[in-house]
Amino acid sequence: MLAVAPWIIDGAPYESTMGLVQKIFYFHMPSAWLFLIAALVAGVASARFLFGRAPSADYWAVAAAEMAVVFGIITLVTGPLWARKAWGLWWVWDARLTSSLILWLIFVAYLLLRRFGGPGSDKLGAGMALFGLVNVPFIFVSVNVWRTLHPQTSVVPTLPVEMGAPLWFCLTAFLLLFLALMSMRAGLARQRARIEALYLSEDEA
Amino acid sequence: MRQFLRVAWLVVQKDLRVESRSFEVVSTTLFFSVTVVLIFAFGLVREGRPADDVAAAILWIALAFSGTLALGRTFERERQAETLRALLMAPADRPALYVGKLAGMLVLLVLIEAVLVPLIGLLFQAPILRYPWSLAGLLLAGTVGFSAVGTLFAAMLVRARSRDVLLPILLYPMTVPVMIMGVRGTAALFQATPDEPLARFCLAFLVFIDVVFVTLALWTFEPVMTD
Repeated sequence: MLAVAPWIIDGAPYESTMGLVQKIFYFHMPSAWLFLIAALVAGVASARFLFGRAPSADYWAVAAAEMAVVFGIITLVTGPLWARKAWGLWWVWDARLTSSLILWLIFVAYLLLRRFGGPGSDKLGAGMALFGLVNVPFIFVSVNVWRTLHPQTSVVPTLPVEMGAPLWFCLTAFLLLFLALMSMRAGLARQRARIEALYLSEDEA
Repeated sequence: MRQFLRVAWLVVQKDLRVESRSFEVVSTTLFFSVTVVLIFAFGLVREGRPADDVAAAILWIALAFSGTLALGRTFERERQAETLRALLMAPADRPALYVGKLAGMLVLLVLIEAVLVPLIGLLFQAPILRYPWSLAGLLLAGTVGFSAVGTLFAAMLVRARSRDVLLPILLYPMTVPVMIMGVRGTAALFQATPDEPLARFCLAFLVFIDVVFVTLALWTFEPVMTD
């Protein structure tokens, strides 16, 4: 689906004032949505790991956190590219941009903790991701002290069909990519845990 | 409940007594915060005049830096003496231990604020006495929010590798809302035409954040600190 996406996007009509640049939108918005979904998955999985003691929840949490960082990068790179043309600036300290940046930083910190924290970092990470999730509304409200430039999400349902169809197409493609990558990553974490368990039982034998 | 408060109070007493024997954390953190403010002064004061409206930001940044240092030192001391393990092994409620540690940290940071605020007023000509109660409220609410997350993370990190670097990395993104609200509210009080409603809104929001953070920390402290 991702391979076909460029042609479909090419077929979409030009936006009247922004022209060609507007087409970044077809990648920008799906990745931004998936960034949020991934953050949500990571937070919920961490809560399950912390309170339900399900080891598999931790694999999903790590996978989702990595996905959040990846889709966050896509969002944060395509955003300024578009903003340069649309608003005339690369970066604006607007509520939505700033909150995304902070949320992205929280997940980078989570991955750094998992990578360098040593033993026991899975639980610390879970606590951290849980805090990150609860923090999202606070970040958004507090950052709202600045004036908002970003368009409201209500624009999506009112898009004309020729522009709406490629958008939904890209959203589906990104969603499938997200699911595939995340389940692969979670599978990898599970395998790794199994190998470690095998090693340990080998040592004891 | 009484048992809970008693355990928390014992932990506070213990922390304060250890600190009053050596003054290690208080003296080092205090000196550190003063040097941070001085570095800002050298960066931001030009021709003997401070840049406009920077006092609030400097106050909160100095607080965040010193808070991180104090958190790291306090828990490092617990780790070296293996006393945290002893605390966790004691037949006491884990959340009560957390509340005790948090209260000890608050006492420490309020002491530091008592020096920082007059210093900022002196060096950056900030009108700290214009709304003393609002300013104190903002500082206290902000400190509670910062230390609530900080105490939990520092306690979690005691057993982790490279904890010195990880503490600020985890703590700063997480406390961004506290920082923004604190700086905004304080700046609203310091500016030439003070904006009291904004300061009051920031204070209310900080209290709300505090409630959520402390509740969440009490809730996660138990599973996170259990092996």
